[in-house]
Amino acid sequence: MRRSHLLTAIGLALLGAASSGAVSAQPLAAAGATSPPAATRADAAPPIVIAKDFMFAPGTIAIKAGASVTWKNSDDEPHTVVSDTGLFRSGALDTNESFSFRFDKPGTYHYACSIHPRMVGTIVVQ
Amino acid sequence: MPDEIPVVGRRSALKCLGFGAAGTLFALAGGVLTPTSLAAAAADPRGAARLGKPLFVQISDTHIGFNKEANPDVVATLSRSIDLVNSLPQQPEMIIHTGDITHLSKPAEFDLAAQLLSRLRATEMHTVPGEHDTSDATVSEYLSRFGKASDNRGYYSFDHAGVHFVGLVNVLEFKPGGLGTLGPAQLAWVADDLKGRSASTPIVVFAHMPLWTIYEPWGWGTGDAPQLMDQLRRFGSVTVLNGHIHQIVQKVEGNVTFHTARSTAYPQPAAGVGTGPGPLKVAADQLPGMLGITSASVVKHTRSLALADASLA
Repeated sequence: MRRSHLLTAIGLALLGAASSGAVSAQPLAAAGATSPPAATRADAAPPIVIAKDFMFAPGTIAIKAGASVTWKNSDDEPHTVVSDTGLFRSGALDTNESFSFRFDKPGTYHYACSIHPRMVGTIVVQ
Repeated sequence: MPDEIPVVGRRSALKCLGFGAAGTLFALAGGVLTPTSLAAAAADPRGAARLGKPLFVQISDTHIGFNKEANPDVVATLSRSIDLVNSLPQQPEMIIHTGDITHLSKPAEFDLAAQLLSRLRATEMHTVPGEHDTSDATVSEYLSRFGKASDNRGYYSFDHAGVHFVGLVNVLEFKPGGLGTLGPAQLAWVADDLKGRSASTPIVVFAHMPLWTIYEPWGWGTGDAPQLMDQLRRFGSVTVLNGHIHQIVQKVEGNVTFHTARSTAYPQPAAGVGTGPGPLKVAADQLPGMLGITSASVVKHTRSLALADASLA
């Protein structure tokens, strides 16, 4: 089976709207996300969202256009970070693994964990 | 390969199965569920013999790649589960794996799982994906390996020994904030697949996430499953098999029996206990009793299915 067919089929089945841009996420950050999960200010250090106890915290963060967000998994269970429009999609993040994505355009971006869809979060890009 | 596995007698095998306190054998007669403990079945081998040869064995949630405290050696517990199946006095022809074959959808995890499962004496294995099998960024690993039976949709049906089997996928079209989803395309496919089938045909439906709502706050259910049930209700014997929650939960509704299997890897908490549906750490000597497999046999005079759960204890 050809991979291109497969990806197309899955993309359609998954979100209906997934395009080739869906995997344009930044490469996985090395496990160097050491700063605390503080940043809710747009001008603070690179904002980090922690997945812990089956929740994304902070659940909503505001950043400036061009900034990146890093998600880090602190649970014993893997989590993913999947945009509801197909803009970004991490692979499974095992304990202490992280994923980053840069937001270039202002807007409100919703995402969820595909393994635990009740885990949801929002990035507001100003 | 099968020659390496010592064949044990029925009585000793059933005793082995019955060792876990939670091991229970269910015989379905005319839609009425009659539970008997496996210890009792072992004491009455003729009663157990009437259940006949296992039609298939269900294995679930093997989570190859998991290495946390709740079970640092999931390869060993899957191997013990395979030994348990291979030691059944009458071999099932078929294995159904209800998903979460791997923990992180990594190629190496799928490879190792395939290598381990190839030791099963049963010649046929059918699978459906769990959400852990479709968590790679491109959602391609599972279907590249198991998509052939279904034209890469993941869902498919087949007939075996007069029973119609339907494998469904409820982990792909996830809804943020919601439960598992089958989706309109799959539901339409099921309607077409079941159309024209006699109501007396026994039906087995298998999918990873429970096809009834066990606990909504943890997503333990499938949002559009009621539309599936509408299509199944006219059949005289329907068995719905799921995994996902790593523990046995059962329900009977009319002619439909719902059953979730244990994991071979690690237990999860009962619904709503603790912060979420993560790995449950238990004392090492407790673990085998919380892991296991499910065996299903046809009860000949009623053409319905009997399910038996066996733990690794």
